[in-house]
Parts: sequence; structure tokens; C-alpha cells
Amino acid sequence: MRLTPEQVEHVALLGRIKLTEEERELFTTQLNSILGHFEQLQQLDTTGVPPMSHAVPVSDVFREDERAPSLSPEEALQNAPEQARNCFQVPRVIE
Amino acid sequence: MSAPTALHELTAAQLSDLLARKEVSAREVLAAVYARIDEVEQALHCYVLLTREVAEKQAAEVDELRARGEKLPALAGVPIALKDIYCTKGIVTTCCSHILEGFVPPYDAHVVERCRANRLVFLGKTNMDEFAMGSSTENSCRGPSRNPWDLERVPGGSSGGSAAAVAASEAILAMGTDTGGSIRQPASLCGVVGLKPTYGRVSRYGVIAYASSLDQVGPIVKDVRDCALMLSVLAGHDPRDSTCLDAPVPDYTKSLLPEVKGLRVGLVKEFMEYRGVGVEAEVGAAVRAAVARFEELGASCHEVSLPHLNYSIPVYYIIAPAEASSNLARYDGVQYGYRARAAGGQGIIEMYRNTRNEGFGAEVKRRIMLGTYTLSAGYYDAYYLKAAQVRTLIRRDFDRAFETCDVLVGPVSPTVAFRLGEKTDDPVQMYLSDVCTIPVNLGGLPGMSIPCGFSSHGLPIGLQLVGRPLSEETLIRAGYAFEQSTDFHRRRATPVQQVDGRRGAVVWKG
Repeated sequence: MRLTPEQVEHVALLGRIKLTEEERELFTTQLNSILGHFEQLQQLDTTGVPPMSHAVPVSDVFREDERAPSLSPEEALQNAPEQARNCFQVPRVIE
Repeated sequence: MSAPTALHELTAAQLSDLLARKEVSAREVLAAVYARIDEVEQALHCYVLLTREVAEKQAAEVDELRARGEKLPALAGVPIALKDIYCTKGIVTTCCSHILEGFVPPYDAHVVERCRANRLVFLGKTNMDEFAMGSSTENSCRGPSRNPWDLERVPGGSSGGSAAAVAASEAILAMGTDTGGSIRQPASLCGVVGLKPTYGRVSRYGVIAYASSLDQVGPIVKDVRDCALMLSVLAGHDPRDSTCLDAPVPDYTKSLLPEVKGLRVGLVKEFMEYRGVGVEAEVGAAVRAAVARFEELGASCHEVSLPHLNYSIPVYYIIAPAEASSNLARYDGVQYGYRARAAGGQGIIEMYRNTRNEGFGAEVKRRIMLGTYTLSAGYYDAYYLKAAQVRTLIRRDFDRAFETCDVLVGPVSPTVAFRLGEKTDDPVQMYLSDVCTIPVNLGGLPGMSIPCGFSSHGLPIGLQLVGRPLSEETLIRAGYAFEQSTDFHRRRATPVQQVDGRRGAVVWKG
């Protein structure tokens, strides 16, 4: 599997990153070098081996559904790059 | 070298005694550490923020409470440095990334709450690789830190600022985080003690996430006693982190016994040699000498092989970037941090892309790209699923080894501290520097780094101790026994002499 600059551009779009031409070239080379290193794994037969997504086998950790204090709108908005009418403001989404 | 006498050179345990006996005040200790910071910080760049006002207030409170005769926690009044990855209420936290420029968290991380409750004094926030992605601090948007043992070399990373600060006595205690070695490797390269606890031993609440199934919080300190004291502060259940274990917290200082008779120590073959390439000769020799020392102390030592460790680098560099690509999706210029200035009429997707392009450094982008790719349709099975399966095989190797061993040992880093700029152009070379530490995160196991020697150029070498899940007591006991029989941990770096040497002056200010 070798990544082309076009695929790198597509991945950048999926990851919401914008690359300069120079970065696209550099990342194509570097990602291919890293992916090449990954091929070692194909030497191993992992048929029937369960995947390990976590070191601790815990799931469905529940707590009581109780009301507790949370951030005020002022605190939640204190770091907002732009805000209006007690909301986070973003560029127009719907044309 | 003579025994340390200046306040900033003492350990937390020593200061704790002096403070409790009222021989010094918390304000005096703080003044001594800030004087040291004034002296060497310019050469080392351990900190990205100093919080003098906060610290002075905290120290004054401790002195006042003590004067009133109140009973205080053991570490009350001891100054600590926090990695810039911990959310600190009211104190800027950036993860050393442009994208979090000016971010003031509205709440404290769990471990920061624990530090406040134990009345530790906050010196400042330490330098790190951006979002903890790196092994040298060279990926910090604020520029690299320097190794106090040799100013031309890196302190390791990602918690390099914390390790260098402790090694240079710019902090008594420090906090780091460890996803693939980010506590242990800088501790090793700077000649101090670092502990990555068992996954789940310490809450990750309020710690800026990199790879959530691997991240763990821990201390970087001057010796094993301080490590036990700090772990007792940090460990314990927190319902705000659903992966945090609800297991009893022992008094870790009770494990400070120089007693390892009968302890079964396994030297891991794959730590000494990854895919046929051995660690640096001096590193290997120091580790073998440490194993011999354990035998002299009454432990039984033998070599063990964990063959799947030879696959840990690709497994890690699939899993960690995959998790990172998801975790870092939140940095979009909407709720906090940096937003790219609006180009006329840009849509929201363009705003996201410009913000992330301008806000993230090269290594972070590389890992987001890598994770996005390996998780994308058509590649998931070949990369992520395969890596998760091999992770199981790695953990099984550890479980098998722990049938015949109580502690596994090896180097922390295959080399001593490398030169600034030496590995920045080749990501794969940089990734290989974590070859001995990564498997421990993949297994979710506790790992400790303790000084075990110096190279012929005077650079520190670290010994890694790895235990079964929740066996921190065993690591502390083994580490303490080793430390008590050696004096590597008593040596102090001399950045002042190096700076003066550069200026051509030969003066001793240490």
C-alpha cells in the first residue's frame, strides 16, 4: 500500500487539516515511510486473537443520575474565540 | 561531590521534615527554589509559565496554618511543577500548542485537586512536546528545553520540562504524563526518578487527552521515597474518569524497605535488543551491572524473552495516532483556543481547516493524518484491528513472564540523551527512542525509571522496573533497595558551571 499525494490530500480533508504543497509532499514521503514500518505486523498470524482496545476490561460504568452543579454560561463561554447572545459564534453553516 | 545542603537541592521528604519541625518556612523553601529558577531557567527553559503569585499565597497559607498548630499533610508547603497538560483552574494551560493559546481552564484536573488538598505549592507549568507527542520537547511550540547534564542535549520528552526542572533543582517535585514513555524516558535522560502507574491507578480527569487507552499520570521526583509520597497523594478512585480503578490505595511509604531477598527479577531480552539491534554499549553495561547488584542484594535474576515486544513500535504508532485523531477533533476554533482569522466569506469547514493548519505543529498534524488514515474505510482491519490483536499478544507475553518473575527490568531508553536536532528530520528514528517504554503502556502496566549509572561523558542512564498491574508497591520496594545500595540518585546536574564555562569563566556557584 503506497499513499499518493492525492490520497494524502483526501486524508487531510477528512482530518480537517489544510496542507501546503510543500507539506503534502513531505507528508507523502514520511507517511509512506511510517506505513512501511507497519508492514512487519503482517508477518504475524493473528487468526482468532481478540483485539485489545483497553488495558482494563471495564465496561458500562454507571453512576447515580443526580443533579450536580455544572459550568455557568459565562464560564463555558469565557474561552470562546467569538460569541454572541450567550452562544458560540461560528461562520454561517446554512446558505 | 559534597552532600547537598541548599534548600532547593533537598528532596521533598527532607523538606517535609524540616517544615514539620518548623526549622524552615514554606515561604523560605519557595524563595530558595525561585532563586534557583532565576539562576538557571534562562539556560534550561524548563517552564512555560511561572505562577509566583499563586505560589506565594499557597506557601503563606501553609505557614499560617502551621503556626496555628493545625495538622497538615506530609507534603504541605513543598513546591511542585506541573506539566502544561493539566487543567489548572484560573491558570493558563496550553499543552504547548498554539491551538490552545490563552486557554484558561474553568476547572482543575483531579490530580491538581489532590495537590491543592495536600497543600503543595505550584511553581508553574512545565514545557513539553505539543500534546505530549514527542520524545525530546523539540515539538513544543515554545521551543525546546535543555538537559541540565549537557545543555547541547535534549531532556527527553514529552515531560522534558518536568524532568529537567527536577534534575536542575528548579522544582522539588514535578508531575508528568506517560503515553509511550513520556515520564520514564525524560526521567532517565535527566537522571531522576519517574513513575508511570498502572493504567487506571490515577484519574485522568482534566488531563488533556492524547491517546486515552494509553495515557497515565505520574510523578517525576528526586528519589524513590519522594515517589512513594507523591503516589500516595495521587492514587485513588475518581468517578469522573470511568477507567479509574476502584481499588484500595495502600500507604506506599510502607514499601520503602531495602529488602529484595527472594524477589524474582527478569531481564527482558527485547528491552536490550530490538529486532537484533542492541542498546548503546554503556547503557547495556549499566543495566547488567544493576541486575548483578540485585543478585548481590539477594534477588534471583534470569533473562526472559517476550517475543512480541519486537512489534510494539508499529502497534503503538497505529493505536496512539488513531486515538489522537479522534481526541484532537475537538480543537476546531469554536469553543476555546485559537481560531484562524476569517478570510472573507469562508465557510465553517474552511475555518476548521485553517484553524487546525495554523494551530497545530508538524508532528501533531502527522499523527492526526496517520490516525485518520488507519481508521478510514478499507484500512481499519489491516491497521487498527491488526494492531489491537498484536496488543493482546504483547500483554499475553507480559502475563507469561510474570508467572516466573515479580519484576521485569531493562533500560528505559536505548541511548543516553541525544543532541538537539539530531532526530528531528526523521520521525521513525525519533519513534524508535521509545522502544523500551512503549510496551509497558500497551500492557497497561506500572513502570518506573531510576538512575543506574552514567556514561563516560557524564550523562545519566536509567533502569526500568516493570510490574504486574497494581504492583506499584513491589516497584517501590525494588527501586528503593537498589537506590539505597547506590549513590547515582544523589548526584546533581551542574548547569551553572556549564553556563559559566561557556562564558569562559571558571566559577563555582553550586
